[in-house]
Amino acid sequence: MKVLEKSGKKVLLLGNEAIVRGALEAGVGFASTYPGTPSSEIGDTFSKIAKKAGIYFEYSSNEKVALEAAGGAALSGVRSIVSFKHFGLNVASESVFPLAYTGVKAGMVIVVADDPSCHSSGQSEEDTRLFARIAHLPMLEPSDAQECKDFTKNAFKLSEKFGIPFFIRTTTRVSHMKGVVKLGKIIKGKIKGKFIKDIKFKNFPPYIMKTHEELHNKLEKLKRLSDKSGMNYFVNENKSKMGIIVSGVSFNYVIEALDDLKLKLPILKLSFTYPLPENKIKNFIKKLKAVLVVEELEPIVENEVKIIAKDVNPKLKVLGKGYLPHAGEYDEEIIVNALSKITGKKLAVNLLSHKKKYQRIKIPKRFPLMCPGCPHRATFYAAKVASGKDTIFGGDVGCYILGIFPPLETQDFMFSMGASEGIIHGIRKVTNQKTITFLGDSTFFHAGMPGMANAVFNKSKQLIIVLDNRITAMTGHQPNPGVGITGMGEETKAIPIEDIAKSFGIKNVKVVDPFNLKEMIKTIKEFLKKDETSVIVAKRECQLLATRKKKKKGIKIVKFEIDQEKCTKCGICLNEFACPAIYKEKGKFYINKNICTGCAVCTQLCPAKAIKPVVE
Amino acid sequence: MIKEFNIVATGVGGQGILTLSNVIAEAALKQGYDVKTSELHGLAQRGGSIPCHIRFGKKIYSPLVLEGEANLIIGLEPLEALRCCYYGSKKYGTIFLIDTHKIMPISVSVLGEKYPSINRITKLLKQFSKKVIILNASEKVKEKTGDVIATNIYMLGYAISKKLIPIKKEFVLEAIRKVIPKRYVEMNEEIFKLGMKVR
Repeated sequence: MKVLEKSGKKVLLLGNEAIVRGALEAGVGFASTYPGTPSSEIGDTFSKIAKKAGIYFEYSSNEKVALEAAGGAALSGVRSIVSFKHFGLNVASESVFPLAYTGVKAGMVIVVADDPSCHSSGQSEEDTRLFARIAHLPMLEPSDAQECKDFTKNAFKLSEKFGIPFFIRTTTRVSHMKGVVKLGKIIKGKIKGKFIKDIKFKNFPPYIMKTHEELHNKLEKLKRLSDKSGMNYFVNENKSKMGIIVSGVSFNYVIEALDDLKLKLPILKLSFTYPLPENKIKNFIKKLKAVLVVEELEPIVENEVKIIAKDVNPKLKVLGKGYLPHAGEYDEEIIVNALSKITGKKLAVNLLSHKKKYQRIKIPKRFPLMCPGCPHRATFYAAKVASGKDTIFGGDVGCYILGIFPPLETQDFMFSMGASEGIIHGIRKVTNQKTITFLGDSTFFHAGMPGMANAVFNKSKQLIIVLDNRITAMTGHQPNPGVGITGMGEETKAIPIEDIAKSFGIKNVKVVDPFNLKEMIKTIKEFLKKDETSVIVAKRECQLLATRKKKKKGIKIVKFEIDQEKCTKCGICLNEFACPAIYKEKGKFYINKNICTGCAVCTQLCPAKAIKPVVE
Repeated sequence: MIKEFNIVATGVGGQGILTLSNVIAEAALKQGYDVKTSELHGLAQRGGSIPCHIRFGKKIYSPLVLEGEANLIIGLEPLEALRCCYYGSKKYGTIFLIDTHKIMPISVSVLGEKYPSINRITKLLKQFSKKVIILNASEKVKEKTGDVIATNIYMLGYAISKKLIPIKKEFVLEAIRKVIPKRYVEMNEEIFKLGMKVR
């Protein structure tokens, strides 16, 4: 494993891997997570190395539990790290706020990975830098893999010194950027500590006002530290009247854009971004006429610079949003365009005419797809057949969100983890429309149980189908409480979802194999007629995992083909089921044997019975 | 040492773009370059488009290639190469290296949009490049191994032997041994050498 290589070596690491290395160099003893891209590889890397490194790691049931577990460890004197994506911080937030008040006894780092441009997120382009401000927790923002490692290590040191958890905030391009990292020494962290009772931990009024005051005192000290910190530094110091303040991954784009435009503007690179280094900013802007603030998403630094400028340079033009977009991630081109507009300097290549040239080309879109043999596709197909037209399909977060695309279109909305049941509950209370609620196994354990309890409690009489593919698939196959294995690779109790549903008092609970189309259609039809909440657990292992296991064991996968004489060319297999292994060429339908996984669902839906196993 | 060299490797999730990117990046590091890559995980991996950026040189900041500034664009799927056309330009002398193996998107197979012919794609790409090289890589790889999965390494072999990437063969072979799981190393070394032999 590259993250365990010797000190002094230079290795290529993903930003997320570099964070793990930084934690190891800081003597971390406890790590937890709930997977979410772009943060997932932090947990996955810990999962691979935890035993060897002699530390504890877990995939928790959701981000709130993950944060609380890491908090409990840090309160007991063991250095801890917790990681999740931006939405994960929303889930964890209710415990993040009091944790800022109680403080920690050992270093604690909360890694949160934002996803500008929503490369792997479907809900919103949230900017978690605002969280640092409302929770009063300090934040560091690395802009490459080396900084990921160095800042994480540093965050532990500062967290322990000030007794406050530190945020490390990345974005997709930082987490999923590979770069050369010079390694430092790994320190064997403490894995056992002691919880010593402290009135601070009780978080109860009137004591809470005292800890709140203390928190502000800590922030004052941290502000002075941010001013002195080498993580906030100047580049290209010169007498130019225009400067740039930049944070995060955009720093790289600014450097390259200036180089390409042959401009030499002074830069203040901010990495310790909360609290901001007020004096450093004052010194930087006091002699400038204009400053461009480059930050993805919200104009947080921009607004703070405007406030700071009032004291030292009220005439300063603070440029930011307007020249730069609010939405979407940045790249070098966006910075080049903004700088060209402001300074009049142009690139040697005309990017605009270049763009026009390719915008004229029509390229068929390629949507991401559920894999060939994915059990979700079979369940969705059955649900459509069984429920007929006008059914509202409650959507949720997981691979099955890919059911939004035609021809399946079985995800009519998507809000957040576990939201399908609650939204459907509301719809059913105010309409008489037919509904089916879909959510995955990991999502069910994460936030789906309260929704199911509420459906029973407040009688929404919905049909809930839990798409139980025995793993957290979308984020890279992490185990969840239903699987029976921990993040350390140890066996544990697997909690059956059907047992939970039954314990909620739901009478109609049935486990159905999605590959048994007839049974699934029959059960859905039957349950839709019930005047009470009912649950189908559509249980079948993720095809990617199942195929991998078969290949490892040397089990032969029987592929299928279409008998051209029997085929009536009705097109159901392709146009309604849409398995990626099925294709049409010159009016005839075929199965691509390279990717067919032998699920045989198509053989069941073919009205002409024209699909048969390949005999070799 | 060259100032910077920019590669965009693209294809469809599952074709081995990430592995290709990792091999090139490790080889570049072994040759002493500074390296940055950018890759996408998660949603995009499920049969979607996944362009990977690989940049190396004396000192590299941005992990992303600027439009029009790719030196080499490797397309394991022709339509995906076309989708990345704007990273290339005549001015920059971009070279496209493309395999002919088509993977039909749903927009074509179900919704009836038209998949452009290889000739049409080549013609369009010529506007954005100095040269377009078309290989029947996956066919050759399938002949040899019974599977198309090592096509990425075959194309890398071709690119290295034709000096389309300024990295020495030895470093690439070392990187293959480092990046690829042990039981597949031998097969990949063989495929790499097969790619190198193409005229």
